[in-house]
Amino acid sequence: MGWVEGRFEENFFVTTIEQGIAWARESSMWPMTFGLACCAIEMMAVGGPRYDMDRFGAGAFRATPRQADLMVVAGTVNMKMASRVRRLYNQMPDPKFVIAMGACTCGGGPYYKYGYNVVKGVDLVVPVDVYIPGCPPRPEALLEGLFRIQDKVRGMRYLTKGQATDLPIPARTGYVLLPPELDDPDPVKALEKQIAWAKMNKEKAAPTKA
Amino acid sequence: MTSTEIITTLETECGSRIKSKNADAIDPFVVVEPGDLLAVCQTLRDHPRLKLDSLNCISGVDYLELDPKKIAKAGFEPHLEVVYHLCSISLKHRFVVKVMLPRWKGDKPGELPEVPSVAGIWPAADWHEREVFDLSGVMFTGHPDLRRILLADDWVGHPLRKDYEFPLEYHGIRGR
Repeated sequence: MGWVEGRFEENFFVTTIEQGIAWARESSMWPMTFGLACCAIEMMAVGGPRYDMDRFGAGAFRATPRQADLMVVAGTVNMKMASRVRRLYNQMPDPKFVIAMGACTCGGGPYYKYGYNVVKGVDLVVPVDVYIPGCPPRPEALLEGLFRIQDKVRGMRYLTKGQATDLPIPARTGYVLLPPELDDPDPVKALEKQIAWAKMNKEKAAPTKA
Repeated sequence: MTSTEIITTLETECGSRIKSKNADAIDPFVVVEPGDLLAVCQTLRDHPRLKLDSLNCISGVDYLELDPKKIAKAGFEPHLEVVYHLCSISLKHRFVVKVMLPRWKGDKPGELPEVPSVAGIWPAADWHEREVFDLSGVMFTGHPDLRRILLADDWVGHPLRKDYEFPLEYHGIRGR
């Protein structure tokens, strides 16, 4: 809720319709249940309670493209599937967004050279908004990708005439906070702490001499 | 039953149909002509001492060396093999049947070599044969429904052939 927090007077608040629409849209990004390969397992992990995409309003996986705003292409797209991906994309209502999740959808991945039946990047089939590399990407990376989509939605202007779309401004991040004993406002000091911690662990793990 | 006994039994039943045999391989096998395959398979399934009632898999193997320097060393003429892995659940033994084929029927590129389908003997052969047809390009005559099983219906070529060339484009999507 970053940008609305602490902005309200008691009992009423003022906003622009556009900001309201964008806020509503970014907070209810309904993804499509659409897993093609192993990346789908990671996408399910993000939907599950540990990473919980629902915290950011994107947990309602829809089983039909007609109710979805976001298509997470999770997994290898092959030539036979390409026409189906395009059809599903066409069936989604506007505004619609696509995340290319994983190395295969970003550009063919391990199948780039010898995969006779693999589409070398899903951007050859549908327009992609956010690419998430990784094989498969960490759940945090997918969350980060979702935040970039939300930034994009927040920057969009629907009503104002003649106004260019803003460049998306990152508002959230998928970074995980370190425990306080390893973290420090000064990055150099933080790094020193982490190195010391790693050394200590290494010494602990070393086998004792007989 | 050991593999030597299986081969002996098979030779007494249909000796003239067996082209060659190998009992010392890791998977002992016999080689038959495509025309004799159905009779041999029927014997293998129905003979009371063989009872090879389960077809584990069908493989299409393309023997072709493309590198001109390695052709002399390769030790085989270019050909195609179809390998049938069988096992008997009740008698706990297994066996392999091989069929040798030319890479193209009548050596005309594009004409697929033909083998009679064993889908009537082992129903499991149905999809296995479709897969071999799809990827290796073997025409199974008498198959109930010989379509591509993995690739799209309008795909050109058979990708697991050694001389297969990757498509540059498929329905407007570039291939490489």
